[in-house]
Amino acid sequence: MSEDYVLELEHIRKEYPGVVALKDVTLQLRRGEILGLIGENGAGKSTLIKCCSGAVIPTSGKIKIKKEANGEVKEFTRMTPQLAAENGIAIIYQEFNNVGELSAAENMFLGRPIRKGIVIDRKAMEEEAAKAFEQLNIKINPRELVKNLSVGFQQMVEIAKAIQQNAQVLIMDEPSAPLTTNEVESMFKVVELLKSKGVSIIYISHRLEEIFRLSDRIEVIRDGEYVDTLITDKDPSTIPNQVNDLIKLMVGREMTQKYPPREPCIRDEVVLELQHVYGNGDQDISFQVHAGEVLGLGGLVGAGRTEIVQVIFGARPKDSGKIIFMGNEINPKSPREAIDYGIALLPEDRKRHGALLTNSIKNNISMPIYGRISKATVIDAKRERSIAEGYRQDVQIKCPTINQLVKNLSGGNQQKVILSKWLAALSKLIIFDEPTRGIDVGAKYEIYKLINDLVEDGCAVLMISSEMEELMGMSDRIIVLAEKKMMGELQKDEFNSDTIMTYASGIVPEHKREAV
Amino acid sequence: MNENKFASIFKQNAIWLVFILEIIIFAVASEGSFVTQRNIINISRQVSYYGIASIGMTFVILIAGIDLSIGSIITLVNVVCAYLMVRAGVNMIIAVIISLVMATLIGVLNGFMVASIGIPALIATFASQTIFEGIAYLISGGRPIAGFPASFAFFGRNSVGIVPICAIIMIICFAVGSFILNKSYFGRYFYAIGGNEEASELSGIRVNKMKYLIYALSGFFAGLAGVVLLSRSMSAQSTIGKGFEFDVITCVVLGGVSVNGGVGRMSGVIAGVLIIGSLTNGMILMDVSEYTQMVVKGLVLAVAVGIDCMSKRRQTN
Repeated sequence: MSEDYVLELEHIRKEYPGVVALKDVTLQLRRGEILGLIGENGAGKSTLIKCCSGAVIPTSGKIKIKKEANGEVKEFTRMTPQLAAENGIAIIYQEFNNVGELSAAENMFLGRPIRKGIVIDRKAMEEEAAKAFEQLNIKINPRELVKNLSVGFQQMVEIAKAIQQNAQVLIMDEPSAPLTTNEVESMFKVVELLKSKGVSIIYISHRLEEIFRLSDRIEVIRDGEYVDTLITDKDPSTIPNQVNDLIKLMVGREMTQKYPPREPCIRDEVVLELQHVYGNGDQDISFQVHAGEVLGLGGLVGAGRTEIVQVIFGARPKDSGKIIFMGNEINPKSPREAIDYGIALLPEDRKRHGALLTNSIKNNISMPIYGRISKATVIDAKRERSIAEGYRQDVQIKCPTINQLVKNLSGGNQQKVILSKWLAALSKLIIFDEPTRGIDVGAKYEIYKLINDLVEDGCAVLMISSEMEELMGMSDRIIVLAEKKMMGELQKDEFNSDTIMTYASGIVPEHKREAV
Repeated sequence: MNENKFASIFKQNAIWLVFILEIIIFAVASEGSFVTQRNIINISRQVSYYGIASIGMTFVILIAGIDLSIGSIITLVNVVCAYLMVRAGVNMIIAVIISLVMATLIGVLNGFMVASIGIPALIATFASQTIFEGIAYLISGGRPIAGFPASFAFFGRNSVGIVPICAIIMIICFAVGSFILNKSYFGRYFYAIGGNEEASELSGIRVNKMKYLIYALSGFFAGLAGVVLLSRSMSAQSTIGKGFEFDVITCVVLGGVSVNGGVGRMSGVIAGVLIIGSLTNGMILMDVSEYTQMVVKGLVLAVAVGIDCMSKRRQTN
């Protein structure tokens, strides 16, 4: 018996001038299943789903859609946003297409309002929206402005919109990335509910545990090519093995260790000390970072971790307290001042704050040091080139030339360019804010190795991470923040995800209470 | 890959083909009078004001800003320089220096409004356009000021061999502009800021300081264009600079400097200046009415920005 596929992508190929984004990808989505789609960054997942939405026109290949179980199969060589909607394909992107100033109901009917004559029928839209929310078992007031909704609810509005439009295929691109733990749970429930109603879902995520929890089958793509499709085995005891297999399929080689080993190299010298620092919303933050040490900053999103490093880096003002760097009190008023002291920041949002995407690798690396490599404002071009070439080899930036624009690099390589920039600036304290967010498994390992090299060379590293494993795997010591305050400190032998979570939720464990 | 390289070189220099095509069309249409030595020298004089002012504007647009005040700066420089020489009896050189300092300070004021206060560049420079045009009228009373020392005509009317001094000044300015953009680190900072202001600040560029510098340079180059223009006309008119910013912005954008910031080259701007300069000259030569000229120039600006925006859209697809 032939399978009932609601969506089939056959030998999709997409070429851009000079690059092949998709070589040959085939994907079959069964009716009513959740298909996990995984692959490293740059493997072509986004391009593939854009082929389904009509945002990208495939160079060759076929898209077959069978909207109803007993309907006919329609064949396309390309989609348009309109065709996708007509054929029941909806996509939930990482960035939502919401208009914050409009209500939830208005957003759901954006561009196709229900009308009475020429007048918009607000009441009917609100009723329809309420019905859709009810179907999904979520409580949102249709009249609430979307900007007042939490990120999780904003996503729900998007999903409800898709369902209201009778979507049969829902493609979700990293849906859990912007959500808090609780919101992720609610989203899972909605996804499972949709499945039970017969909606077919393609679920894209870097987080393999989510894929195991939700999916019926898992398709792996690598370098724009189809690799394999596995049937998900939900037996918890087999999951570690399955994870290993999947990682092997994704990166094309075996990953034996997640975190590279590091010789203990903490020195006595204190590089950075904060004494009762208030500012940027944070209150009373005090800690020390030693040369050769990785100090982890743990906590939930919004706990005040990014806020305090912005103060240290001079990007936000300090209200009170002391920042002592290499034995001297400092008060950086701008990133420039902080950089000149020897402080570096690799921000969380690499594309917006970290890399200069439209500039070359070479210019990115030299940006903070032009003063040093120029005479009377004239750049020593030879020196600029040799510095960039040097770091390209040292940190192994994969690129054809150092004149390549940074926007054309993968996330991991972009992160390496940003790190090179700070190495060139001879930084003594390097602050990583979510160092491996959005970076694929293989490149993560390389970033970890680079962090190890840094501390072995005597740098101090301050690392914010929301990934518990990464935080415990890389840190020598962990400080946990909650609600803009310090909750506690853990030595290496005390690392334990439960304790960290307790601190992070703002609760001080019984036995530590006196000490704080 | 080779084919791509060829395509990109072609794209970067396509603007020069447009220029050559334009010359051929006007040469044929005017039955040769467009390409006489006299007219070519004439064009080189006419483009020099646009050329000089376009350098500052290039920097401004590179950081995704805009400077609408340069027309008023030119007017004010004309009026003030003439006033100083004719009514106040100030020495010619000193009058020129004072005028240039004043033009630069107006730029600094624009920088203050944009960088320190945070007024959008469009509005900030629009406000200063009106302010300084008004001040020019207040000084001149709306009447022309003339009767300067004959030696003042040196910049605008003299030549070295057959090359007009003002064209030489423009060439020097372009050389300086190219140098700033390509050899000094300021150029790198400009491109970085145009690409992403926040990331530039976090990479250690003092973005606000650079904005002051850029608007000051825009004021300075506009002032210089004003001095050369005055030296050519030898009479200060309170309407002389009206609409000047429009032509200069068109030259710069036509030359491939993206209004979205971060993209553009000085050589393209030179081509843009030559195209607009010869277009104006050609149309006058062909007796095209002033109003028709406005229509044509407006279309050129819209098409130039349109091409830029379309290529940006194609890139993101």
